[in-house]
Amino acid sequence: MTSKKVDAKDLPMQTNKVNVKDFLINNGIIVVLIMLAIFTAIKQPSFGSFDNLKNIALNVAPRFIIACGVSGCLITRGTDLSAGRMVGLSACIAGTLLQKPGYSGKFFPNLPDFGIWWVFAVLLICIAVCAIFGLINGMVVSFLQVPAFIGTLGMQLIVYGVCLVYTNATPIGGYRPAYTEVAKGRLFGVIPYLFLIALAIGLVIWFVYNKTPHGKYMYAIGGNEQAAEVSGVNTKKTKIIIYVTAAALYALGGFLVGAKSGGSSVNMGMGWELEAIAACTIGGVSVNGGIGKVSGVLIGVLVFEILKTCLQYLGVDTNYQYIAQGIVIVVAIALDIRKYIAKK
Amino acid sequence: MAEEYRLEMIGVSKSFPGVKALDKINLKVRPGTVHALMGENGAGKSTLMKCLFGIYKMDEGNVLIDGKDVSIANPDEALGKGLAMVHQELQPVPARSIAENMYLGRYPLIKIGPLKIVDHKTMNQEAEKWLKDVKMSFNPRAKLGTLSIGQMQSVEIAKAVSQNARLVILDEPTSSLTDNEVEALFRIIRELKSRGVSMIYISHKMAEIRQIADDITIMRDGTYVGSWKVKDISDDEIVKQMVGRELSNVYPPKEDYRTDETVLKVSHVSSIHARSFRDCSFELKKGEILGFGGLVGAQRTELMEAIFGMRHIASGEIEILGKKVTIKRPQDAINDSVGMITEDRRGTGIIGCLSIADNTAIASYRNYTKAGTINSKKVGQVVKDSIAKLSIKTPNDRTLIQSLSGGNQQKVIIARWLANNPDILIMDEPTRGIDVGAKYEIYQIMIDLVKQGKSIIMISSEMPELIGMSNRIIVMCNGHITGELEDDEATQEKIMAFATKFDLNDKVTENFTQEVKS
Repeated sequence: MTSKKVDAKDLPMQTNKVNVKDFLINNGIIVVLIMLAIFTAIKQPSFGSFDNLKNIALNVAPRFIIACGVSGCLITRGTDLSAGRMVGLSACIAGTLLQKPGYSGKFFPNLPDFGIWWVFAVLLICIAVCAIFGLINGMVVSFLQVPAFIGTLGMQLIVYGVCLVYTNATPIGGYRPAYTEVAKGRLFGVIPYLFLIALAIGLVIWFVYNKTPHGKYMYAIGGNEQAAEVSGVNTKKTKIIIYVTAAALYALGGFLVGAKSGGSSVNMGMGWELEAIAACTIGGVSVNGGIGKVSGVLIGVLVFEILKTCLQYLGVDTNYQYIAQGIVIVVAIALDIRKYIAKK
Repeated sequence: MAEEYRLEMIGVSKSFPGVKALDKINLKVRPGTVHALMGENGAGKSTLMKCLFGIYKMDEGNVLIDGKDVSIANPDEALGKGLAMVHQELQPVPARSIAENMYLGRYPLIKIGPLKIVDHKTMNQEAEKWLKDVKMSFNPRAKLGTLSIGQMQSVEIAKAVSQNARLVILDEPTSSLTDNEVEALFRIIRELKSRGVSMIYISHKMAEIRQIADDITIMRDGTYVGSWKVKDISDDEIVKQMVGRELSNVYPPKEDYRTDETVLKVSHVSSIHARSFRDCSFELKKGEILGFGGLVGAQRTELMEAIFGMRHIASGEIEILGKKVTIKRPQDAINDSVGMITEDRRGTGIIGCLSIADNTAIASYRNYTKAGTINSKKVGQVVKDSIAKLSIKTPNDRTLIQSLSGGNQQKVIIARWLANNPDILIMDEPTRGIDVGAKYEIYQIMIDLVKQGKSIIMISSEMPELIGMSNRIIVMCNGHITGELEDDEATQEKIMAFATKFDLNDKVTENFTQEVKS
């Protein structure tokens, strides 16, 4: 009874005047990181160079696609810890199927030399394989009601194991130019394909989140799963679709990352799920569910990537970089939780 | 002279913003007796007990224990003064042992240097002793979760006794017990009585009061009605005292829009749980407002939630518009044109972090979707219409639902179903926690709906509301449908009689019901 009263009192305060404290709680991490970026650009002018910014943008593209996948899980109060390993598996599958005909260390020496369409076929194979794992994730979470944290943690290990068995832990390289071209090529020689693919995915996900019943149901489940169910939402189906879609996006992300780096190994994608979760949270996707925008996810990924680049440019030891990233993740989530504590 | 009363509460009043919850209540409990505290749902029994335990601060009034004036600030202090409560909803830790539950928060400790460790041996021995004391021979090392609810309650009582309680409050202790367990509980109560422990016994069950209580105090709408010796007051006198209030005219003029067409037929429906609804059958006519009355725990909500697919049915049939249906989840019910406004607005109603518009549209998106895309324009229009129809007070439909008052939140939930437009709408306590003005508006909406040929089932624990709104009233008690009253024959006394008709084979209640009927 009392909490209702307080809510009503809080509301005009939030809308009428811009409260500095509220603003900092809501956007603190972003403010700090923009300041860090400015500082870095002053210290190391090359940070602001076109080349570096382009590099950041290209790094952001696959990470954004992966974070889009994770965002659906987070919005429904779940999570997906198997994301990074699925990225790795997808990169490895793509790598083994798309090696140069003459390459000596070919994974499948007898694989015939298919035409250019084979690149797309392999992408579909990667998506199909990951989607199966995503389907299992979704069913474990919705039918068996295993907490997503545990269910996808198990899947993380399973996918890693599958990847090890499949590649026998050997690194894969010697890709066909048609494959690497996906990451390196540019439309009209100007706009990188990678950038266009990420843009297209962003638009599709935005559409799904805002214009389809599935998207509306997703937010409703995150807000109050029981109420959504009483309103006739098929919560199980919705969640399964979310985990399958997420896995498909990881597959695409892995496919692109493989093309971009020109080689892959079982360690590819390790820890990327945490980066994606952190990016989503920085971008305003609430770990309490029900809240999150695609634009926020993009900002979160950008900010996180800028943080990493800043640390490199400032000459921070790689080992220390992990510590800094870890702190940012914890602070971001602590601030996120603050938003809801403050409302009580 | 030995003190006359173990506990005296004199002139206790308590107000909440806008409501006087307690108005000069008196309660006097003699040593070594069982004192029944009776009253309808919402009469203020729980509030009174919360004031006694310092959970609420009383505005005025005195509490005397053994003739001495005391003030109690929190439950811990109450315990120190010899008051203990066995809650209606037990709050044990089932995965830990019986002894650990009894000594939770006050484990006997051994000091080893700076370390303090729990003295399990002493704890178990003590626990066993106290359990024996109330004639229970459980192994204190057994997990509490292995006991039945009744046995857990006995453990709670043993815990109270072990804390030297001289006044134990039992809040509806038998509401989830089997007959044998009730017998066992009564044995313990008699044992405690013989040792001079006083008890306040909150219950609706007339037969139990007769069996176990010495004195009775009746409350009504937060006021003190009176106290009697149980042997001096008859059952129907008790009922009369509990409900004896005037019906105030806060309902729209009633009209009968009923037709002969049966829209919903429920036949012999039973829950999968033995202690929930059993063998319930009823029909709902087109254009009818069918009220469901009964006490808390009568399983009305459970029955309706089962019809709506939120709970499971073990046996029985449901027909909607003459067609047999299988409803496994709310989605199925909605497809069969049933809507439901649940009792727990926060838990299963509002989606707090979403806007009014999203909350209104959530049940109807599928009706406005083409090629996988929502027709935002149409949805926006439907939302706007519903909000206008219900005069929801809000700056705009993008406002978050959690910032609205309870009454406006409820209207949004109603708007959700107006947008979905079902033929049958189940409303579970539709006006709970809502101010009078909003209540009247909701009643008006209900009448508009039946005028349009919709049918409504309304569960309400407020008898004036049931009588003021329903064309017909079905009363449930303890999982059974115990009575049905037409609009013109419904009185609070008759509803109460059906609502307390606990054991169908029990002579006392049977005779009493007939008496009231005639």
